[in-house]
Amino acid sequence: MFIGNITIDWDLAAKSFMPILMGGLKYTLPLAIASFIIGLVIAFVMAMCRLSSIKLLQWIARIYISIIRGTPLLVQLSIVYFGLPDLGINISPIYGAIIALSLNVGGYAAEVIRASILSVPKGQWEAGYTIGMGYFQTLRRVIIPQAMRVSIPPLSNTFISLVKDTSLASTITVTELFRRAQEITATSYNFLLLYCEAAFIYWIFCFILSIIQNIIEERLDRYVAK
Amino acid sequence: MLSVQDLHKSFGDHHVLKGVHFSLDKGKVLVIIGPSGSGKTTVLRSLNLLEIPDDGSLKIGDAHVAFGKKLSKKAVKQIRQKSAMVFQGYNLFPHRTVLENVIEGPVQVQKKGKQEAIQKAKELLEKVGLSEHIHKYPHQLSGGQQQRVGIARALAIEPELILFDEPTSALDPELVGEVLKVMKSLANEGWTMIIVTHELKFAEEVADEVIFMDQGAIIEKGQPSLLFNHPEQERTKQFLSRIR
Repeated sequence: MFIGNITIDWDLAAKSFMPILMGGLKYTLPLAIASFIIGLVIAFVMAMCRLSSIKLLQWIARIYISIIRGTPLLVQLSIVYFGLPDLGINISPIYGAIIALSLNVGGYAAEVIRASILSVPKGQWEAGYTIGMGYFQTLRRVIIPQAMRVSIPPLSNTFISLVKDTSLASTITVTELFRRAQEITATSYNFLLLYCEAAFIYWIFCFILSIIQNIIEERLDRYVAK
Repeated sequence: MLSVQDLHKSFGDHHVLKGVHFSLDKGKVLVIIGPSGSGKTTVLRSLNLLEIPDDGSLKIGDAHVAFGKKLSKKAVKQIRQKSAMVFQGYNLFPHRTVLENVIEGPVQVQKKGKQEAIQKAKELLEKVGLSEHIHKYPHQLSGGQQQRVGIARALAIEPELILFDEPTSALDPELVGEVLKVMKSLANEGWTMIIVTHELKFAEEVADEVIFMDQGAIIEKGQPSLLFNHPEQERTKQFLSRIR
């Protein structure tokens, strides 16, 4: 093993910083946000199916969640982007990434949402019913606001993981943060510097997100006894 | 005003209610006593369909349901609108302030104007002695205060019948009095109430009729002074001697 003299090419670091960061701002974050929002909608529907008394709906959700959690995200991305064209369905890289990531979030977050709804005491449902509310009104007015507080920490973790997982979209040619770094290494061959730079920018994103997570948790905690 | 006919309910193999009958006139207070597991809470919960009996029928005011077949959503809603419930564990909405808890039913369910509902809620909260706490969250209140919010929330929907499920059982002894006092004033105002409780002295003071239940059936019923002082049934005597 040879460890040579490390000289940091500050000039390259400075020149490449903005292009990599822009890849993050223009693709990584929008991709993560869009996939997260769509994924949460899927997750909510799947959680309601799992909680439904209708066996068929329960099984649809179980199978969906099992497939998503039992297969690698890279494989899911490849099926959507490289596989679907075999069926005549052509999707642009960015939409392919959004579809695959949303389906992935849907599978993981469904269990989080289901557990958080189940964590609200039964007496809260009953209190809703006894003032005349029906199932969906109780769910919306009473249960979800309380379930949200429980689900914020795990869902924040899901989102932070998702921000990092968007780097897999580089494999289907989305020019997100990591792909930008890869492109620059193709001409400069300075892998260590550029990949460390990409890592640093991911870390900054995730650090800011964890601060936002803390703020939201504190706000939602205001009605809880300390 | 209320008529309960032949209620039966089983949880699995356990036959919890074995044909319960009773009726209650408007403005009267009925107290149900009995050992734990006697089915008294199940009876109460059946009256607003938190439990659905397997058989029998129920009539509150102009709403009527017969059990034993699937109930329509409309029938469930009609029966539930007649009554309000005060729970042993309060079950206040922890994410809403005291005032928001009380206006939730009138505004969200009965679609009353928010200002009108707030005005009414303030009056009710004054009645239960909580005017100073209307903007607090439930966790900032004592158990007795929370239960009084529970009572105000029940009153706010202007039910024909108020159901109390052991409203003081979860309270520290020194907080029981404040809740009973509020309930006594409601009885004096002419609210129709059914109360499941272990507070016999209170029952004697407010009840128009007392039912003693054991093992899923009504063993004895009558005026409180008679039932408490001269019970006819052996099981009633045993229960009263143990609890006093």
